[in-house]
Amino acid sequence: MCRDCGCSLGPAATRAPFAAQPAGKGHVESIEVITAILDENDRVAAHNRTHFDGHGVLAVNLMSSPGSGKTSLLEATIKALQGEIRIAVIEGDLATENDAARIRACGVPAIQITTGNACHLDAQMVHDALHSLPLDGIDVLFVENVGNLVCPASFDLGVHRNLTLLSVPEGDDKPAKYPVMFRAADLALITKIDLLPHIEEFSVERARDSLRQVGFRGDIIELTRRGGPGFEAWLGWLRSEIAARRAAAA
Amino acid sequence: MHELAICQALIEQVQRVARDNDARRVISVTVSVGPLSGVEPKLLEHAYPLAAAGTVAEHAQLVVETVPVRVRCRTCKAETEAASNRLVCGSCKDWHVDVIAGEEMLLQRVEIETAADPVH
Repeated sequence: MCRDCGCSLGPAATRAPFAAQPAGKGHVESIEVITAILDENDRVAAHNRTHFDGHGVLAVNLMSSPGSGKTSLLEATIKALQGEIRIAVIEGDLATENDAARIRACGVPAIQITTGNACHLDAQMVHDALHSLPLDGIDVLFVENVGNLVCPASFDLGVHRNLTLLSVPEGDDKPAKYPVMFRAADLALITKIDLLPHIEEFSVERARDSLRQVGFRGDIIELTRRGGPGFEAWLGWLRSEIAARRAAAA
Repeated sequence: MHELAICQALIEQVQRVARDNDARRVISVTVSVGPLSGVEPKLLEHAYPLAAAGTVAEHAQLVVETVPVRVRCRTCKAETEAASNRLVCGSCKDWHVDVIAGEEMLLQRVEIETAADPVH
């Protein structure tokens, strides 16, 4: 039983498998099913979304390769919005509490999910983390996914918005190489643009074009966590999303 | 390699179908997968035996039907195939297109063997 919302979802329920019997002379039947393979994940994701909506919380999933600046962006965002917007963070990594510790050092609650060898977060992991993260008095919950440009794209977590970061050192052709991930995003952030003078092979125009070719239709913001107009645009995007979420909850 | 997690979800569903239909064993499992689902058919086939081990689907054959990406152009209305990293109209090259196929990750059908008829 889920303590927060009284739902019947516990930690992922596993039923005992039942074994196959040897081939016999029984009837052979073909049964048409046609369901989404991840329908159980989608059901839990919908439940998470209801949970967020019930608390008027905007939930945002951050996806990118490892090292593109997700945690640094969150640290800078928390500092910039201190006293204005109440933030909580769920951190996903294969191992270590490092990222959650960095976020807690900024004075906001953070839950670390360590996935072991799993390369992505799923809706059930987020749901379980919510049990140790009170959403009362929170405006926005960031879910920092496992650094990986492939696997996280296949799993709906129940968030309202998906963000993908592309850092300048990674190269401007990342969207063409990982189309599913970038297409799934509502907002793309080109990060570490303060490195542009040192990495002349990165073209912002080519990155934008690559995003458009894979079917990405959201806004693209170029920024560095050190501040400037791009960082202000990011804060503006966040403020307007939070306002829209509050209006929807009212 | 999230294909193992996907296979585990698949096997949960297959077991449910097998239970509901009094299956003795599962003969084959057919799924359809599009390139935009983020699932690699080859990896799915490798992961499947690990997820199926010890279940009613243990020796069942996994059949993966791949679905090509298709887009409908908002400008010229043509429906054409497209590459997953180049979602443009195959006819007029416009990028104002809607994806109409290629995102699928579906369990299509399960072939089972049920108990033989009682002898009359």
